[in-house]
Amino acid sequence: MGLVNWARRRSPWLLHFNTGGCNACDIEVVAALTPRYDVERFGALLMGSPRHADIMVVTGAITGQVKRRLIRVYEQMPEPKFVVAVGNCCISGGVYRGAYNVEEGLDTVLPVDAYVYGCPPKPEAIVKAIAALQDKIKSMEKRVEEEEAIGYES
Amino acid sequence: MSLKIPVGPQHPALKEPENFTFTLDGEYVVGVEARIGYMHKGVEKLMESKNYIQNIPLVERICGICNVAHTLCYCQNVEYLYEREIPRRAEYIRVIIEELNRIHSHLLWIGIAAHEIGFDTLFMYIWRDREVVMDLIELLTGNRVSTSSNTIGGVRRDIDKGMEYKLRKGLDILEERTRYYKRIALEEPTLLVRLKGVGVLTPQEAVKWSAVGPTLRASGIKSDVRMDDPYAAHDEVPFNVVTYDTCDVFGRLIVRADETLESIEMIRYCLDHMPGGPIRIRLPNTPPVGESVSRVEAPRGEDIHYVRSNGTDKPARYKVRAPTLGNIASLVEMLTSKGDYLVHIADIPVVLAGIDPCMCCMDRTTRFIDPAKGKGWTWTWDQLKAYSKEAWRRRA
Repeated sequence: MGLVNWARRRSPWLLHFNTGGCNACDIEVVAALTPRYDVERFGALLMGSPRHADIMVVTGAITGQVKRRLIRVYEQMPEPKFVVAVGNCCISGGVYRGAYNVEEGLDTVLPVDAYVYGCPPKPEAIVKAIAALQDKIKSMEKRVEEEEAIGYES
Repeated sequence: MSLKIPVGPQHPALKEPENFTFTLDGEYVVGVEARIGYMHKGVEKLMESKNYIQNIPLVERICGICNVAHTLCYCQNVEYLYEREIPRRAEYIRVIIEELNRIHSHLLWIGIAAHEIGFDTLFMYIWRDREVVMDLIELLTGNRVSTSSNTIGGVRRDIDKGMEYKLRKGLDILEERTRYYKRIALEEPTLLVRLKGVGVLTPQEAVKWSAVGPTLRASGIKSDVRMDDPYAAHDEVPFNVVTYDTCDVFGRLIVRADETLESIEMIRYCLDHMPGGPIRIRLPNTPPVGESVSRVEAPRGEDIHYVRSNGTDKPARYKVRAPTLGNIASLVEMLTSKGDYLVHIADIPVVLAGIDPCMCCMDRTTRFIDPAKGKGWTWTWDQLKAYSKEAWRRRA
């Protein structure tokens, strides 16, 4: 388990899902992948299919139509999976809060592991969220070791 | 024999959730059905519950990429209601920010187009150089993407000598790099093979399906709101309307590269001829009763806003016609094989990207969904009228 977690920590593959945002966060997520910010140095790669991904990067306000599809895409991801909410709209509805077709935040729909605030957040903030998730995976590793020491099945 | 494949809402070729159903005959696309509306949030309705100043950040977030065009269109529209002129310096600053936004949007598109044909090296190069214009936007407005520069009655930030110096230096780098990419586009076999003759839209079809912006201009039709109906300082700033006659994705690439160069020249002209004076006038919170329409050339094409005020501090009705909605009908035309013109499955991503789709701008329309059955349908205007009459008769 330790080796698997080490590999997982060093290569978190991303799935980018726009749930109805204004595209500003999306271009900042893509900018984080390009040479100046280069999130690939942390091993993160953008994947097309949810079945290959470890981290779902969700941008934008959650609209009524996308909500069901979002849950379906989330369920297709293999365990363990992590969710990053990028941008104010995704965290709480942001500027669209109160519109008839917008959910009040991603955490009303899915469990969220990291929040990146900003409208839109700078690419540095998105890179920092990925690095923070790697720490989280590392702490999971410790938990597994403790459980094994006590004798739980992992 | 035909096969139907769905693309979207979550798909690597699409950056935004939209659904296209392609009908295939072997390797060729013979039919396409676009199903839009995943991004519908209800912005227009929300605008009716906020006052005119509160609406500026909301309008800005109709589209994150062409946000300057939307705020400019909104602020102009409200200023038309007051029937007041804004200071000339503010209009020049508006043009500078708008053209910087256009440069960033066009470079972004060229990168995405290169990515869609699998030329990731070019994508990475262009996005590296795009950071120069992002830095300039951050320098002038304080934010990388959503600029918040335009406001009702003028602009919020002035441009001083230090900014001007840095702006000119940045523009020199951008000009050199854009010329280099244009040369690559004209010479590089990878681009020529993948883009020439792909996504053809003849001038007649472009007019028939009301294409706008670079998509229309790449079909050889000279149409640009900045030239046809000048707003802000565009009546004084000289520029050429770029057209190209290949009618395909390659033409759209060249049009966007040339427009980037035109924008750089326009910003230089603005910096050279910028008048002094105030940058903003204060207007009362409540505009007079009336309605108005304003048009702006967004990076993707013509953006139309309509406002009706009823004498309160909130708009009674606001309507946005974003450019992608004009282009989506022509997209269906481009993706359908007819006679000698064949659309391969492999060309779908680059043709889709070719109109520079901005779905979040576009999803201002609704579709009828029956939640119990989970089925959707579309109605014509007459059918909708008949239904509403019938429903009211039943209720009465």
